[in-house]
This record gives sequence, structure tokens and C-alpha cells, in this order.
Amino acid sequence: MEYLPNILFAIALALGVGYFARNVKKLIRNIKLGQEVDASDNKPQRWRNMARIALGQSKMVKRPIAGLLHVVVYVGFVIINIEVLEIILDGLLGTHRLFLDLIGESVYGFLIGTFEILAVLVLVTVVVFWLRRNAIKLKRFMSAEMTGWPKNDGNIILYFEVVLMCLFLTMNATDIPFQEMNSGNVISQFIAPWFDGINQNTVTIVERTAWWLHIIGILVFLNYLYFSKHLHILLAFPNTYFGNLKPKGQFNNLEAVTKEVMLMMDPNADPFAAPPEGEDEEEPSKFGASDVMDLSRIQLLNAYTCTECGRCTSECPANQTGKKLSPRKIMMDTRDRLEEVGRNIDANDGEFKDDGKQLLNDYITAEELWACTSCNACVEACPVSIDPLSIIMEMRRYLVMEQSAAPMELNNMMTNIENNGAPWPYNQMDRLNWANE
Amino acid sequence: MSEQLKVPTMAESMAAGKQPEVLFWVGCAGSFDDRAKKITKAFVKLLNKSNVDFAVLGAEESCTGDPAKRAGNEFLFQMQAVTNIEVLNAYEIKNIVTTCPHCFNTLKNEYPSLGGNYKVVHHTQFLRDLLEEGRLTIEGGQFKGKRITFHDPCYLGRANNVYEAPRELIRKLDAELVEMKSCKSRGLCCGAGGAQMFKDAEPGNKEVNIERTEQALDTKPEIIAAGCPFCNTMMTDGVKNKEKEGQIAVMDVAELIANAEDL
Repeated sequence: MEYLPNILFAIALALGVGYFARNVKKLIRNIKLGQEVDASDNKPQRWRNMARIALGQSKMVKRPIAGLLHVVVYVGFVIINIEVLEIILDGLLGTHRLFLDLIGESVYGFLIGTFEILAVLVLVTVVVFWLRRNAIKLKRFMSAEMTGWPKNDGNIILYFEVVLMCLFLTMNATDIPFQEMNSGNVISQFIAPWFDGINQNTVTIVERTAWWLHIIGILVFLNYLYFSKHLHILLAFPNTYFGNLKPKGQFNNLEAVTKEVMLMMDPNADPFAAPPEGEDEEEPSKFGASDVMDLSRIQLLNAYTCTECGRCTSECPANQTGKKLSPRKIMMDTRDRLEEVGRNIDANDGEFKDDGKQLLNDYITAEELWACTSCNACVEACPVSIDPLSIIMEMRRYLVMEQSAAPMELNNMMTNIENNGAPWPYNQMDRLNWANE
Repeated sequence: MSEQLKVPTMAESMAAGKQPEVLFWVGCAGSFDDRAKKITKAFVKLLNKSNVDFAVLGAEESCTGDPAKRAGNEFLFQMQAVTNIEVLNAYEIKNIVTTCPHCFNTLKNEYPSLGGNYKVVHHTQFLRDLLEEGRLTIEGGQFKGKRITFHDPCYLGRANNVYEAPRELIRKLDAELVEMKSCKSRGLCCGAGGAQMFKDAEPGNKEVNIERTEQALDTKPEIIAAGCPFCNTMMTDGVKNKEKEGQIAVMDVAELIANAEDL
């Protein structure tokens, strides 16, 4: 029975990591429902972007208050996780504070001291974050799409962090040998006296309980990620790597269209010619996107990465002037629909069965899509290189090229371009009249 | 007009066996919109004054396809693009300057993969280069000390990271350049982009151009400078809506310089 705790720990760890791995596989499968896209260009620049934007948080601090608060939680999260490594090893090997002997008291004390200070900073920051969401009620957390689950999700993450930090400090405060060593207990020494006068066995039980709850809490939190907007802590890295490297104003030219246009423009093309061998099996491509499978894998990764901070929406000119469009909602809808498609596939033995729904209309309305000015403010605002505009454009393409469902005024504009090479009904031959007016 | 504008066409240049140093892409607004035509002329005056050897396509120019593409009509866009590229390549065009950021963006970024490779600059970049080369001189004149705020066109600024060229020109006027609370990469759209110029806005509680005009008015400017014919229209409408057209002028950067030079 001596090894019972080790075995229990190993089982807990295996369950926690295993279930998470299962969901990660599902996540990758869902992303692969999207269209393949070639992002193999300019690798050095992509790595640099990831280092600067995700690791270096360069776009977070564009908004100094939220940015600096976020850096505290981020640094706290990354650094305190070194401690998790020790906890896991202790749990598996049945040791206690394994690193203490390995790196010596002074270095170990310095490390744990740093973690404790960070834990307190994270606690303070998390309280501020909670106040911003629930008491100050910052406008960007109060939008129409931020009710129900998204609102609760935001708060649950904060509660998780409070509980984990408190358990970490309690665990240190009730660790009698660690307190007696009196190195690294910069914060927990002030909590330790709360347990004075309680017998040592009880204190040890509190310590063990806090230790177990701490690691189990971390494993639960890890598994919570998949169901939460908090996935960004992992996906921000690949997402910034795959972020757009071209000028923001450059929209992709649809290759399927180019083929047809070139054929139409080619004076030697025989319109009645049979397609070359092999080409006729090709499914005629669909123009634009009406559902998540029509979007690119990067756009779907974008959707999973979005942490619903709402910077995009708060910068959006349409949203600022009361229109329905919210770039954040575009990303949330894309993820929700993708998850729905994923569940459909799970329920139907790996095959998607038509559920009579799609991203367009069932989630995102044409009214939202037509309100966009394509100004790129949302793209610029995103701290993790998400591109809501590209999804809006793909869906407009579907509306116009597959459904001829543009607003009437835009149809007039396009008819003018077709007939006389200008969006207004002026004769192309009059284009130089200004020179003599 | 003191003197006749010199506006050679590519066809004339070719007939004379000349290849101009740059093609001036006028754009639809610059060709047909009454307000934008003034910008076109102001820019041509500056080109004439600097003895720039340029030409226009005239009746051979056609819409770049930008509004069609932003509206989602990729077919129409590519038809326009391929037709224009045929004309441009036939004239062996290498350099293009345009007064419209939408044409600028489309020609520069979206034509290359369809076979149109040109060095494309916005007119504010072109004028700045003329200044640096000493071909154009600017004196502050009537704009000395005037409060001018610059509205960043989305397709020049965020879309292509050109923020400084127009500002450098305004500073050369000895004017006091004042920035709006959202400017440069955070500049608010005028509301015309993405083909919105050609349709009514969706239901909301305000027009985008009014919001942007209010931001501009907050800086207490005497002049709102623009670098895009569509932004110009939107801001002009916004100023009229606020009944400030008597006090505040909306002018293109090219007009500011041409006026400073009494052209």
C-alpha cells in the first residue's frame, strides 16, 4: 500500500492528460475540415511573428492597462508552471520537493519566492479582471454576444485562477519543513501563522489536501481549455505563426475564378472543347463560404484561438455606430458552428450528416456581413493575429457569386462597372472630360 | 484657370514614340465625381509644375474592380483586372501613381498574381519623393500656422502601412498638424470602404462618417486633410451635417499643396 499515492497520482495524471489529448485530436480533426492552405512561405518571418506577438505579447500592450495586467497573468502562468513540473515528479516518485536537493536551498528558495510573489500578483490582477467584467462593466464585455456561456466562461477562468493560486500559497504555508527552512516563503510565511495552534498532523493533512487539489485543479483546468475561450493560451502560438504576412489590404484572388476568366478572355479558347482528360471528375468548386467547411484551416484555427476579448469589436466602425456586425461574434459563431459540425461527426460514426444548418443565416446573417467597411480595424486590433475580415469576405463572395444576393444598390454599382467601367452610370469615353472642364 | 492643364494620354505618348516616366491612374471618382475632379486637377497642376513626364489612359482606363471585389464579386473584379492589365502591359507601364487609395491598393497588391506587375505609389508618396528630389518646392504660404488634422484612409494606412508621406507633406506647409484620438493604425474608417460608398448603411444608431467627423472636430481643426476621394466625400458630408462647412474645409493633400503654391 506504500505506493498507493503514487499509483493514484499516475492514474489522475494519465486521465487528465489522456482526456485532454483526445480533445486535442478532435480539435485538429475539426480544423482539418477546412480547406487546405499553403503557409509554407517565409518561415523565419513566421517564427519572428510568433516570438514577438505571442511570446512577446507585443500587441497586447497596445492597450496599456489591459496589456500590462495580462502580462502579469501570462508571466505568472508560464513561470509558476515550472513548479508544476516538480509537483508531477514528486507525485510520481513519491518524493517531496524533489528540486530542493537538486538545486540547493538558495536557488530553490529564490525560485519558490518568485513563484509566491507572482501568485499574489496574479491574484490581484485576476480580481481587477473580474471587476472590469462584472463591476466596472467595460463596454466590450457587455456586447450582445457576451451573455450566457461566454460571460460565465470568462468568470469561471478567473475563479479557477484564484483557487489555484490560493491552493499554491496554502500548500506552501502548511508545509512545515518548508516553513522551517525559511527560504522562499516570502508570502507564505504570513499565511503560516493562521495555522498556529493547530496540531501538526492536521496541518500536514491540510498541506496534502492543498497539494492534491492544486494538481487536480491544474488537470481539470487543462481539460476545461477545450470547452473554453481560454484555448488561446496554447493556440495563440500556432495562430500567430500562421498569421497573414501580406499587406492587410491584399485580398486573395480566387484561383477557380482566374481559370474561368482567363478562358473567357482567351481568343483562341474553344468554348465547346471537351475538358482535358482527368479534369472532368473534379467537383465544380463553390465560390466563397456558406459553412465552416468552405473556410480555410487558418480561419478555423483563428476561431478556436479567439479569446473573445472584443478589441476587434470595439474598434469596428460598424459596431461603434450601432450596426449588428461584431467581428468577435463572427469568430465565436464560426467556432460554435465548427463544434456543432464536430459533434455531428462524432454522433454519426465519423461522417457528417447534413443537419440542414450552415454558418450563413443560422449563425451569421447577411445584415452583419453587409455592414462591414473592410477597413481592417478588427484585424489590426487582434492581439493574436486573427482575421475576421477574411471570413466576412468569403461569405460575401458566396452571397454574391452563388446566390446573387447582393443588396440592390450594389447590384446597380456592379452593373455599371460591367457596362461602362465605373461604379456610376457614366460613359467610359467621357473619362478624360475633366481635363477640359 | 490661369493656364491650360497638360494631360497627355498614353496613346498620344506612344504615337509620339515616348514612354512617360509614370502613368497617372485617375480612377473613377477622380474622373467623374465633381469634388474628386478638383483633386485630380490639383495633382496634375503639381505634376505640370514639377515637369513630370506623365500620361493618363483616358478612355482606355476602366474601374480597377475594387468595389466589385470588396462586394464579393470576384468574377467582375478579375474581368476588370485582366482587361486593365492587358492595356497596361501593352503600353509597357512600369510605374503608376494614383490619387485613390483603393485603386492604389488593388493595383499594387491584387494585380500582380493576375499578371500585372507595376511599381505603384499613392500621390502623397509621389509628391513627397518629388520634394526630396528637389523637383517640387513647397512654401507654407496661406496654410502657415493653420490647424490641420489628417484623416488616414484605411486602404492607404492600415492596408498598406503608409502613414508618414501625407503627414510629411502637411508639415512642409508650416501648418500645425493635429492628430485625432484615433489615428494612424487605429484610425477610424470614414464609412465608405468595402463598397459601402454605393449603398445605404445597415440599421444602426449613427452614420460612420458622422462619428469620424466628430473625432475630427474634437481637434478644432481649420482644415480636415484627406488622401482619398471617397473619404473626402464622407468627411465633407459629415462637416455639412454638423453645419461647419463655413469654418472647416475638407481638402486633399494635393489640393493643399497646389493652393499653397497658388496654382
